[in-house]
Amino acid sequence: MTVIRTSFGLSLRFRPRALGVGAAAALLAAGFGLVALGSGDYPMGPADVLRTLTGGGTLAEQFIVYDLRLPRLVTALLVGAALALAGTVFQSLVRNPLGSPDILGFTQGASTGALVVVVLGGSSLALAGAAVAGGLGTGLLIYALAWRRGVHGYRLILVGIGVAAILTGVNGYLLTRAPLMDAARAVLWLTGSLDGRGWANAGPLLAVLVVLAPLVLVGCAPALRMMELGDDAASALGVPVRRLRLALLAAAVLLVSFAAAAAGPVSFVALVAPHVAKRLTRAPGPNLLPSMAVGAALLVGADLLAQRAFAGHQLPVGVVTGVIGGGYLVWLLAMERRAGRL
Amino acid sequence: MPGRDTVAPPRRRGRRAARAAGLVAAVALLAVIVVLSIAVGAKAMPLVDVWSGLLHRDATEYAVVHRMRLPRTLLGLLAGAALGVAGAVMQALTRNPLADPGLLGINAGASAAVATAAAFLGVTAVGGYVWFALLGAAAVTALVYAVGGGRGATPARLALAGAALNATLYSYVSAVMLLDTASLERLRFWTVGSLASADRATVTRVLPFILLGLLVALGAARPLNALALGDDAARALGARPALIRASVIVAVTLLCGAATAACGPIVFVGLLVPHLVRALTGPDLRWLLPYCAVLAPALLLGADVLGRVLGRPGELQVGMVTAVLGGPLFLWLVTRRRVAQP
Repeated sequence: MTVIRTSFGLSLRFRPRALGVGAAAALLAAGFGLVALGSGDYPMGPADVLRTLTGGGTLAEQFIVYDLRLPRLVTALLVGAALALAGTVFQSLVRNPLGSPDILGFTQGASTGALVVVVLGGSSLALAGAAVAGGLGTGLLIYALAWRRGVHGYRLILVGIGVAAILTGVNGYLLTRAPLMDAARAVLWLTGSLDGRGWANAGPLLAVLVVLAPLVLVGCAPALRMMELGDDAASALGVPVRRLRLALLAAAVLLVSFAAAAAGPVSFVALVAPHVAKRLTRAPGPNLLPSMAVGAALLVGADLLAQRAFAGHQLPVGVVTGVIGGGYLVWLLAMERRAGRL
Repeated sequence: MPGRDTVAPPRRRGRRAARAAGLVAAVALLAVIVVLSIAVGAKAMPLVDVWSGLLHRDATEYAVVHRMRLPRTLLGLLAGAALGVAGAVMQALTRNPLADPGLLGINAGASAAVATAAAFLGVTAVGGYVWFALLGAAAVTALVYAVGGGRGATPARLALAGAALNATLYSYVSAVMLLDTASLERLRFWTVGSLASADRATVTRVLPFILLGLLVALGAARPLNALALGDDAARALGARPALIRASVIVAVTLLCGAATAACGPIVFVGLLVPHLVRALTGPDLRWLLPYCAVLAPALLLGADVLGRVLGRPGELQVGMVTAVLGGPLFLWLVTRRRVAQP
């Protein structure tokens, strides 16, 4: 912990290591982004990409970078950052390393909303809206069911698991109601994909992130750290525990829902990114900013891998994150078991 | 206590009579539901026609009853008994009230193995599914037991680990469906959990596995009762803990693997029925297991009939009906009881 004191009474505290990790992850994301912008059917060198980004380049290069590749990259960065932020907040609130929105039912709720639109037929805008509505509705439902003189960590987790199991059944049913072509589209959406994402997809998420991220990072982070001491200790330190928990849950659910609306429910980014960030920074408490950077780098890297790893065959990004996340999860269970925490 | 029944006090004898009478009533209930399951469907039949369709080869209903309704009902009986008994012995073995083959990921493990077989190895019929399903179920059962079998694994933590496994395995299954449209068409109906595809070959294929599993589970009832007192007490009573655990794991694998291969992953039956039955019989597995073997098929077939009635002219898959019926009970359990402790 380093403290910088200025002469006019303002002091700034930060952990150099956490800052370094955040910066390194952001650089990594930028590097992946540069490669992603330069690769494809029309390959461009990093120098060309940079020149195009700063306003130079031919008309064709400008079209390829600005209209085709940049929207996808920006969507990936935003979705990764939003999911990581939401995952960090969830894991901190329920005080469990497995408490991610994929497992607690919020993602399934967003999927239910989207599948209803797929079955009834509707535009991609309606699909995104329904995903947001489904995620928020599920969030409300879980909160209401888990509420008993406040929402406690494990009750929230178990209620979330139950709701997730119910919604998984409903989602499977909805999938059988759609014609085969729509079902294929729906499964693609359920896996999470960045194919053909444009500025229209990135816009709403950007707006939500611009509003919520500073609120969470600046407004709630110190209190969130105190809440990890337990509700009683946090209350004694002056944290309005219930109100803050509700606000943070609402923010996290909004982030997950809008991320799902932009790219589908990309699995496990929200679970893995906070863990990686925590391991790298070795700092206690929620590492919100480093997690966001790691999440963005993770998703952009996974998307790059999904597009380029198999020549001539593009995978949706959700398959790659699913494989990474699944492997990580098994390892995590084994470690937790060995450490006697499970 | 065994060996002292000759001098049993009158109250205990009365309780035994009540339990036996209850079992007879449960069998009668099951019989009614079996008749309903044969009579209700796209073409409703009066009872007289059911009777003639069962017995008379030249009756017009013969084909409907023998080709479709009867195999479906038999499969429901087998799968229901398998899931109910598997849930009951798992709850006893892990001493965990939330243990359910669906919630802990065992059915999902079988699904993942079946999806692999269907997409990559060209296996299309239930006959081939069975072996893969058993393999997948065995792998996850072993994993769940390794994670949650020992001391210190609280119900909530085990349920969370199971939910995480479920999320991983489902993301794998949807990735498989995504890569191969033919598998999507086959598997999307199967992954909800349905009895609709039942035919005589399916029933005869899974029958030996489920019967064997039921026998092993019923045989383990008495030593499992002893094991509930702790390993040392069980040994003093002449039971061999390691052998009991191994045989229960074999039974759960056989039951869940075969049931999932035939009708897809079905959640909550293994949770719901043992809890309801325990209220009637108490924790004695010698009564609990037979009750579960009778009432779980009654629930599964009842849900199937309900799905056929509600979903006219088509049908709701039984997996969706059990998820929607069983989910609220799970939520009630985790919010009202003292399960939600860390």
